Amino acid sequence: MPDNPLFEYLLRLGDDRLVLGHRLAEWCGHGPILEEDIALSNISLDFIGQANLLLGLAGTVEGKGRDADGLAYLRDGVDFRNHPLVEQPNGDYAFTITRSFLFDAYDYLLVQALQQSANGELAGIAAKAVKEAAYHLRHSSEWLVRFGDGTEESHRRAQEALDALWRWTGTLFAADDTDQALAASGVVPDLSALEPVWRAMVTEVVARATLTLPPPPPTGRGYRRGDHTEYLGHLLAEMQILPRSHPGASW
Amino acid sequence: MPTGPEDVLRILESVKDPEVPVISIVELGIVRGAEVSGDTVRVDITPTYSGCPAMRTIEEEVVLTLKAHGFREVTVRTVFQPAWTTDWIGEDARQKLREYGIAPPGPAELMVPIQLGRTMPRQACPFCGSADTATRSEFGSTACKSLHFCNACHQPFEHFKAI
Repeated sequence: MPDNPLFEYLLRLGDDRLVLGHRLAEWCGHGPILEEDIALSNISLDFIGQANLLLGLAGTVEGKGRDADGLAYLRDGVDFRNHPLVEQPNGDYAFTITRSFLFDAYDYLLVQALQQSANGELAGIAAKAVKEAAYHLRHSSEWLVRFGDGTEESHRRAQEALDALWRWTGTLFAADDTDQALAASGVVPDLSALEPVWRAMVTEVVARATLTLPPPPPTGRGYRRGDHTEYLGHLLAEMQILPRSHPGASW
Repeated sequence: MPTGPEDVLRILESVKDPEVPVISIVELGIVRGAEVSGDTVRVDITPTYSGCPAMRTIEEEVVLTLKAHGFREVTVRTVFQPAWTTDWIGEDARQKLREYGIAPPGPAELMVPIQLGRTMPRQACPFCGSADTATRSEFGSTACKSLHFCNACHQPFEHFKAI
């Protein structure tokens, strides 16, 4: 187990949101229609805002003088603790929506439960985030149904996205000793209690979208040690180049 | 020299929301309290949304405004609980929003995350008052607003989302 499980856990929460927020921001100026361009930029802003709060709290908990920017910009890929699902490249719009939907359903349940955290600061951040998460989930679930139950072309693309992304959902509920230690002291929820609720939500929306759920994915915990797909490094290179090339720059 | 929290709140009525400059941060409900001790003051504010880019500007404005009113030391503390809700926006401020062209929020209801096939609630047009409007998107020009269109006067308009 890491020396400081709460720090480790806050990195996981913060990194998921930072990485997905960055991915969604890549659509800014490239959205298929103006309303969606604006929607994804808004959702991105929510996630990056949450990441800022969570990584800021992580820095305080760590107590080594690192702030949210230091943790976001000056760590290497091997030190990132996000789920591989959120680092997958955007692909087409069906792919982006499917990735968001799978994460949003998980995120909504997680932050809803974190409102009861024994850690008051974490509970406060979650109380704010849960309202945002509900909007995100409504957005992505409605679009997934529109694509799946849309034209032959949109159905095909949504099914391909689901087939490709499903394998990355196996890590979402793979609890390790950090999760278990914090759950025992009431700081975080028991992931195994959230999983069936997530599965029911996903099954319902996928059925309404007339899509087919792929077979169960492998459950991996490697990302907890910093294992990532090749895509994270490219994302971080773009996200971190400015503060690394010009330390302390402000604008 | 202002002496109590009421004085501080009165002064902060002059600090407007930078993105909706017709209502003050006090009317918006994000000022959660103030503690005065001599010429030192601490103001508690809570964010509307986690990523609201106006928060930093608001903090700077609070500090500048209170220093201009004689406080030597001003600290702004961000608090997260209880989470901000649009129910804290007063009736006067709702009328100001309407006059500014933004449909004010209704009561903040239980957030239902998945509502497939629902009919979106219609917001009354702030320009002509018609109820014959349609939602274009739950996401607008800022985190706190959604996009709508009035079928009666053919104007697009924004609505302050109820959260």
